[in-house]
Amino acid sequence: MRRRPYFLIFVLILGYAFFYVPIASMIFYSFNKSRLATVWGGFSTEWYGKLLTNQQVLDAAWLSLRIAFLSATIATILGTMAGMALARFSRFRGRVLFSGLVSAPLVMPEVITGISLVLFFIGLEFLIGWPNGRGFTTITLAHITFSLSYVTVVVQSRLASMDRSVEEAAMDLGSKPLRVLFDVTLPIISPAIIAGWLLAFTLSLDDVVITAFTNGPGTTTLPLYIFSKVRLGVTPDMNALATIIVLLVGTGVALAGFLMYRAEKKRERDVQMAIAANK
Amino acid sequence: MAALAPAPTSAQGEESHLPKAHTFRAWLDREAWRQAIIAIPYLWLLFFFIAPFLIVLAISIGTAQVGIPPVIWKDSFPFGTFDNYAFLTQDDIYWQGYLNSLKVAVIATFFALLIGYPMALGIARASGTWRNVLLLLVILPFWTSFLLRVYAWIGLLGNNSWFNKGLTWILATFFPFWVEGDHIQMMNTNFAVVLGIVYSYLPFMILPLYATLEKLDRTLDEAAMDLGSRPWQVFKDITLPLSVPGIVAGAMLVFIPATGEYVIPSLMGRGDSPMIGRVLADEFFQNRDWPVASSVAVALLAILVIPIMIYNFFQARDARAGAK
Amino acid sequence: MDVEAKPQNGSERPWLDQKAKPFIRIDKVTKKFGDFTAVDNVSLDIFKGELFALLGGSGCGKTTLLRMLAGFEMPTAGRLYLDGQDMTDIPPYERPVNMMFQSYALFPHMTVEKNVGYGLKHEQMTDAQRKDRVRQLLDLVQLTPLAGRKPHQLSGGQRQRVALARALAKQPKVLLLDEPLGALDKKLREQTQFELINIQDKLGVTFIVVTHDQEEAMTLATRIAVMDQGLIRQTGTPTEIYEFPRTRFVADFIGSINIFDGEVKSSAKSKVTVASPTLGTDVTVDHPGTLASGAKVAIAVRPEKISIERKKPGAKAADNAIAGKVMDLGYFGKDSLYRVKLPSGAMVRVNAVNSRRAGENERVAVWEDDVWLTFAPSSVIVLTE
Repeated sequence: MRRRPYFLIFVLILGYAFFYVPIASMIFYSFNKSRLATVWGGFSTEWYGKLLTNQQVLDAAWLSLRIAFLSATIATILGTMAGMALARFSRFRGRVLFSGLVSAPLVMPEVITGISLVLFFIGLEFLIGWPNGRGFTTITLAHITFSLSYVTVVVQSRLASMDRSVEEAAMDLGSKPLRVLFDVTLPIISPAIIAGWLLAFTLSLDDVVITAFTNGPGTTTLPLYIFSKVRLGVTPDMNALATIIVLLVGTGVALAGFLMYRAEKKRERDVQMAIAANK
Repeated sequence: MAALAPAPTSAQGEESHLPKAHTFRAWLDREAWRQAIIAIPYLWLLFFFIAPFLIVLAISIGTAQVGIPPVIWKDSFPFGTFDNYAFLTQDDIYWQGYLNSLKVAVIATFFALLIGYPMALGIARASGTWRNVLLLLVILPFWTSFLLRVYAWIGLLGNNSWFNKGLTWILATFFPFWVEGDHIQMMNTNFAVVLGIVYSYLPFMILPLYATLEKLDRTLDEAAMDLGSRPWQVFKDITLPLSVPGIVAGAMLVFIPATGEYVIPSLMGRGDSPMIGRVLADEFFQNRDWPVASSVAVALLAILVIPIMIYNFFQARDARAGAK
Repeated sequence: MDVEAKPQNGSERPWLDQKAKPFIRIDKVTKKFGDFTAVDNVSLDIFKGELFALLGGSGCGKTTLLRMLAGFEMPTAGRLYLDGQDMTDIPPYERPVNMMFQSYALFPHMTVEKNVGYGLKHEQMTDAQRKDRVRQLLDLVQLTPLAGRKPHQLSGGQRQRVALARALAKQPKVLLLDEPLGALDKKLREQTQFELINIQDKLGVTFIVVTHDQEEAMTLATRIAVMDQGLIRQTGTPTEIYEFPRTRFVADFIGSINIFDGEVKSSAKSKVTVASPTLGTDVTVDHPGTLASGAKVAIAVRPEKISIERKKPGAKAADNAIAGKVMDLGYFGKDSLYRVKLPSGAMVRVNAVNSRRAGENERVAVWEDDVWLTFAPSSVIVLTE
């Protein structure tokens, strides 16, 4: 019998308090009646009501969702391709440069990516007249560029751990490579592709710095709106907005985690039963 | 049963009487789609990642001017000038910005490791269901908005918050000689920036550490204990050395973005000693000095090249080990 | 299922017939991976209806050879023929050859039924025919009740049978099996071994099995090719490989054997006398043909072909007899293994069946006993290589 690691339990409790106390405090104060964000003035949901009639917030949220959806979808397609190229084609010209290119945006400071993209877009417009000013298009292109790396990593690692003989078996049974891709490879890695899409979606929905560089007049995404408000200090309506977003995403992730956990448990049970039945 | 005729003949034979769609499929089967799979993301990254960076390099050796474009190059060899880089060494604000960034990043990385390591170890040692729940609780903030999590701390650190007041009361009770007044100034200090960075990037520290620690064979611990090591010695002799790859990965994942961090110092830091990310943004947005902003970016990347290479080296080694 | 008729033409041993046409011809095939030669100029003929085993340790090239037959690897040099046609450049999806993978490679997202029917998607047949075929295959491997299950809901043995049914679905001319029983536990392996033979017998499909397990190769195969370092060291029936190994490697690799160096003393009338300093005596050996006096050879005797006694054997001049001392004794129940030390210091392994029920004090011989070992001239193999 091992001794209980009291020290580790203590650190874990402190660590999770560190993670969650600020968020809990923020949620609590979002129901504060007082206009002063930090002084408790009784329970109220009026800030939530105000938020729903704030056209600026709603516009920003709608813009962010549209950009996130589009950029995540394109980034997932490109990232899946890149992941397959890296995991499946062992030799092609420029492979080293390619793998470097894919991993660079993961570690590149956002200010550098931001400034280089905006200067690039300005230069491009100067030379060929496209993109016409900065806004939806340039933000989306920038988001695709940095989030495709994340999709690539997720897809590549799933492919690397996949048994290649499954693909060979499909080919052996008469499927040409493209058929193998659609019949076998893509269905098997589909959870990774979905995870990659969700990751790209939330990254886009959350991005401040690169968006700040590549946006134009009239394209204020939700994070940019929040950033400009937060600079001025803590307000109860920001608390309410933050609470809605955190709870929405939190519930979504927790639910996804729970469903995955349950599927895994069911799978384990199936395997156990199959072994038991054979005995 | 498939025909046994040689492949080229059969492919041609099929094509001649098949509709267009099948011809496209045949084209795809002739490995063209493989090239497409490589080429499309490759070209995307060359176009939207390498080309922009080359433009930054080019602008960093240009000269600022009033007009459009706000940058101009010499029309004869060597076309550019290193004046902008020289300027970075002359004005205090730049090299202090770099120093300030490195200082904050090093301290934040250290504290993230200090908190993250025992947490990762605790998660890795937890039993089945607990481990999943704890892991989910680390990943959860990672998915929720970064900006809003920083915002949550701003709420706590403010001079009138319950947290600040509580902390002031505790400190005033136990260490009265430290505290003056009814609050502690925490917002707009380097302390707040370090705290914000540790808080935001802690999952990046915990997850690679957890991945390494979780893979460790616990029978090694038992073997060491069997040979007479006490728990602390087991940790020092076995667990710690074997988790070095996780430590390096986690430290780099915190250090690199922390150095170039813009949002946290803007919201929580002091205005008078900005970090380099803030300097870069101000140079671009406020001063509209593209060449100087570009050379700040190039110099920042130059500083980060070494940690990025260390990170890639360990990742590649890990990948090789995984392949074996 | 349209069971192909068993090949009636020719004898049961087509490889002995000079005029028989090989079904699969591997012609001087070499495969290199960079500097490493996995398969080194291998030529091999395999006949229709055979159950052929490629036997060897890991890294001997057997799996590479199999993957070249399936089309997953291209030979660096040489050609592969099937039924008289050159297959070398044909991609795997157009070869009338199917493979059962070592990991089984079942599609994890498809049911048993879909797995088995997958290869039929590309065949010209109606849905009803396809369904019918899948049902027959599931009957053949006794998996009909599990048709709707996914692979992770099956036990190892069931997965193996799905993989077999899936590989047989397209009625391949040749079935390639990569370590077909490797992932099964010992008991299941024995049972499955015979099922495989029965199915092969029933369908008459040519099987090529890759295995590292010699017992498996011996039970399954009509013929075995022993591979080592990319080369085929010997090809023959299980009996030929075991009783008449041609090289020291094959003799040593298959089963257990005692090998001693010696020198030919005299040679006449298919009897050879070999002087062996290690054995301390001359050994008479049955050997076809004659050998030059003074030639360096090795003589080999399998442990079970030596009998062990405490008494000095009588004047049975036909047998070879050597004295020694029991150093080790391993009791396995049905038989015992003795390690006997000769005066020269060499060790001889002797395997004796415990045909008589005997208590611990009634054994044939125990530690430190002086014993006599005898073996017939016909039991000794002369290795000239």
